[in-house]
Amino acid sequence: MKWEIKTEDIHTSFRDEVEELSGESFGACYQCGKCSAGCPIAFAMDHGPTKIMRLCQLGMEDEVINSDTPWLCASCQACTTRCPREIDIAEIMDALRIIAKRRGIKPRTDPDIALFTEIFLSNLRWFGRIYELGLVGEFNLLSGRFFKDFGKAPAMFLKRKLALLPSNPFKWGKVREIFKKCEKMKEGDGRE
Amino acid sequence: MKYSYYPGCSMHSTAAEFESSFRFVARVLGMELTEVEDWFCCGATPAHITDSLLGLALPTQNLLQARPAGLDVATTCAACYNRLKNANRVALEKPKKREALARVLGEEYKGEIPVRHILDIFVNDVGIDNIQRNVLFPLNGLRVASYYGCLLTRPPEVADFDDVENPVTMDKIVEALGGVALQWPFKTECCGASFSLSRSDIVGRLAGEILRYAKRAGAECIAVACPLCQSNLDLRQKEASEYEGVEFNMPILYITQLMAIAYGGGGKDVGLGKAIVNAESVVHRVFGHQGSERVER
Amino acid sequence: MARIGVFVCWCGSNIAGTVDVKKVAEEVSKLPYVVYSTDYKYMCSDPGQNMIKEAIKEHRLTGVVVSACSPRMHEVTFRRTVQDEGVNPYMMEMANIREHCSWVHDDMEQATEKAIELVRMAVAKAVELEPMEKIEVPVTKRALVIGGGIAGIQAALDIADGGVEVILVEKSPSIGGKMSQLDETFPTLDCSQCILTPKMVDAAQHPNIKIYSYAELEELDGFIGNFQARIRQKARSVDMDLCNGCGDCWNKCPQKKIPSEFEAGMSYRTAIYVPFPQALPNTPVIDRENCIYFQSGKCGTCAKICPTGAISYDKSDEFITEEVGAVVVATGYDLFNTDVIGEYGYGEVPDVISGLQFERLSSASGPTEGKIVRPSDGKKPEEVAFICCVGSRDDKYGRPYCSRICCMYTAKHAILLHHKSHGSQAYVFYIDVRAGGKGYEEFVRRATEEEGAIYMRGRGSRLYRDNGKVVVKGADTLSGAQIELHCDMVVLANGIIASPGAEELARKLRISYDEYGFYSEAHPKLRPVETNTAGIYLAGCCQAPKDIPDSVSQASAAASKVLALFSSDILTREPNIAEVNPFTCTGCFTCREVCPYDAIDEEEVTVHIDGKKVTRMIARVNLGKCQGCGICCAVCRSNAINLKGTKDLQIFGQIKAFTGSEGKKLDEPVGLKK
Repeated sequence: MKWEIKTEDIHTSFRDEVEELSGESFGACYQCGKCSAGCPIAFAMDHGPTKIMRLCQLGMEDEVINSDTPWLCASCQACTTRCPREIDIAEIMDALRIIAKRRGIKPRTDPDIALFTEIFLSNLRWFGRIYELGLVGEFNLLSGRFFKDFGKAPAMFLKRKLALLPSNPFKWGKVREIFKKCEKMKEGDGRE
Repeated sequence: MKYSYYPGCSMHSTAAEFESSFRFVARVLGMELTEVEDWFCCGATPAHITDSLLGLALPTQNLLQARPAGLDVATTCAACYNRLKNANRVALEKPKKREALARVLGEEYKGEIPVRHILDIFVNDVGIDNIQRNVLFPLNGLRVASYYGCLLTRPPEVADFDDVENPVTMDKIVEALGGVALQWPFKTECCGASFSLSRSDIVGRLAGEILRYAKRAGAECIAVACPLCQSNLDLRQKEASEYEGVEFNMPILYITQLMAIAYGGGGKDVGLGKAIVNAESVVHRVFGHQGSERVER
Repeated sequence: MARIGVFVCWCGSNIAGTVDVKKVAEEVSKLPYVVYSTDYKYMCSDPGQNMIKEAIKEHRLTGVVVSACSPRMHEVTFRRTVQDEGVNPYMMEMANIREHCSWVHDDMEQATEKAIELVRMAVAKAVELEPMEKIEVPVTKRALVIGGGIAGIQAALDIADGGVEVILVEKSPSIGGKMSQLDETFPTLDCSQCILTPKMVDAAQHPNIKIYSYAELEELDGFIGNFQARIRQKARSVDMDLCNGCGDCWNKCPQKKIPSEFEAGMSYRTAIYVPFPQALPNTPVIDRENCIYFQSGKCGTCAKICPTGAISYDKSDEFITEEVGAVVVATGYDLFNTDVIGEYGYGEVPDVISGLQFERLSSASGPTEGKIVRPSDGKKPEEVAFICCVGSRDDKYGRPYCSRICCMYTAKHAILLHHKSHGSQAYVFYIDVRAGGKGYEEFVRRATEEEGAIYMRGRGSRLYRDNGKVVVKGADTLSGAQIELHCDMVVLANGIIASPGAEELARKLRISYDEYGFYSEAHPKLRPVETNTAGIYLAGCCQAPKDIPDSVSQASAAASKVLALFSSDILTREPNIAEVNPFTCTGCFTCREVCPYDAIDEEEVTVHIDGKKVTRMIARVNLGKCQGCGICCAVCRSNAINLKGTKDLQIFGQIKAFTGSEGKKLDEPVGLKK
């Protein structure tokens, strides 16, 4: 972690970018720590949510964007619900993830999370309703864990919890249209 | 009581028993369900965490498709509930986003269709008295820890039908069915949500804690109302047991499965055999040993 | 024939930076009736004021317009200036070209135009001004103090020592307030009762102080120097003169399960009770709502066994009216109810207590005689967590403010725990430590350095019960760690909120209060003990959260205001109040309906109309109560009531000056400064 902060480090456009994307203000956070105290995933994070808020306040872009914390956030909303300054911290985590994605940065120690998200969305895009077998299969394949949960698969099949085939992909033109339009509007106005 | 019904992707696959038990219960309670035409995935967590506009466009389009029917939309999955309800809140409170969505979808959605979770419908529309009236086989004092997870209760601006720190809708239903609703401290602690595949170690630890506290409160089973919660507590119970160093053998049932049992449902209506963790102990508790045929695997 | 002098102030660059003051002075000199017009850098300074005086002499001015800042700043100053030179002070009019012009606009050209307009209007009004004299009202030299806590007691003692009679009204059965419930006080660790009771006794025995305890203010009528306070003396059911304090009644009372307010709900009291042993007066009262006799007609034990026959059940509330000249409000505070916090268990997790409850546990006269034990099983708590900022600095619970005393009382609790419960460990979860008073920082250092308290910086997120202990999910932002402690007891440092009934009392007194129910002072920096209602003063936590030294200081300050008020036999009031024209008033009394100060009386007049004598009832303005708000003038249908100093004719003059033939109206409104 960077220990030296100069004036130019603090006044970056990063803070404005996150605030605009999330609609929340960093000035409101007085670092009380209630979010970190109640976060169920904090034990696995390099920086808890309080620390992330602090790093954002000081414009420490590198530390934040390369942190796994936004990816490890489960969006459980406990922080948002309890924050005494009524800051929507989960929304800020979403914004950080989106910014990381914009910059092409994947979580360093947890690439699987970003991978899962991508596979889920492409599955959705093609099949309209999530085709679980495809989802799990592709994930296992691409994450290099070919046999993960393999033991569970037969049971799932027998209990008919896993459909063998996806739903008809030709039905879901509207879904693909939505994806395309959202991508186009990335730089457009009124997007956020 | 008529409702539009938005099942969500899991209902037809990994949470098939949630859907089948819900449909049975709905029939018993006189709820008429019409699936939203051509519904598709709401985007769940992956959509909104990587693209906020997409994360709103997907549920909003579904609501637009539900609009012609003019009925409240009933949801079973907690994540779908939260995403659809959030889409409503945005449509009502954030005009800029509403406009942007109108441009993506080609139509403006103004938040006209109320979105309800089935727990809300059971307790507030059907009423506890009616829930109780239809019981054929009371649960015989079965000790149930109701687990709500996060998206059914948070944030309180979106999920507003129950208390955010100590929800009671499922507990009320359990009591009405003749079970004992246990007071325990982990009703709303996160189970690890969508990390089921990507970080099952996290899920193991979180599910482990939940199971530990449920067991300590004396639970014979845990009732849930969310497919991901069920999956994390059931499918991943092995990982949880490994983390805690204890064999839990805790049956995880959907609240609708408990209702179906109490209402005399059998076989597919209850779908008990679909869980990984064996739920025989529950069956024996309710019916004694002759009960097994009642509720076949 | 009016001769008006106009004085345009630069106010340094405050006005001159945006308004061309020289141009204003020049344009205005061309107006009719203006015989002299000038500008100067600081009109309120000595040389500035001398300029005005010289000009009055030289040009024989009959009226003055000072075009400068807001009248709220210097109206009094300039009235005095003209008065010194023999001109009636009410012939001075101010045009506000600072707050209303230079401070809100950017464009110099447009701002100057506007300033000229404003001064033109002020000149038009000045031409129509009439001389007025201050109003004199008599003063009743007695004071009413509402609230018998430390602030009320101190104010009463100081006023009484100043030779003025004081009526002290306290709503609970004894004086003493919250301070009597405390164990020891920071930073000296003085025993609270020991330093309080001498003052209580002084107040009770002071020849100039009359105490009404178990009494409330029912109504306050009148105006500064002339209030009538109607006090409801609630029925004690026990005769104060006959009672000898033997205690047989409460010892034998069968109703023993009422949660004691004094013990903060940690133990019970009886229906007939004295709140605490050092209570003053030491006469019991019967809590009729929980008394078996009053609720069901059975029992009656206390009356039977009372050796002096002091108890009688047929007493009812009495009303007493006291005439006073000033009121000091010292009604104190209440504490934030921790039961509403879901993440802390909604009050249902055992062994989670509030700050005041910890005081009662620690107090030697408390329910456990000073032994700090877990309420659930009476065992000694080995590990105690103290959570700060509960219900304070919290937007979610509608309390964004800091309650000021909790950091200090938590440090005190950590020290008391160390003293009274050997081996117990205190963990304090804080966000910031606020220790600004004298000796306060050192006191907190003592808690960490000498008394073993461990301070962790993080707000507790959740409390729940597990295995007989309370699990605290907290954090320490300094190390970045998430903290989970399994404690035997948790103390929630709940914050200060307005006392119950504060808003209702404020309405009775006609004083302002803020969104939290704290009473509004006249100026937050310079007038902390006065309200905007003349004659009513504030002391203690009813105004804002504060500690004991500040409450005592404020009480003495309020007392000095009261004594200053009573230092003369008459009071003068500003004359710009409403006035009724007896000829045109039809006696419809619409003005009375809308007057917020109840300042319209009736009077019978006989007037000659068309040669005939007519007697009728018309409105009359109470010279003491009217605050000059002007609402009556707006609703009067016959234009019979006018506000002196802002009469209709004067206003019409201003309007005409703005829109009339000489001036040109601004075509579009001038934009506000961004």
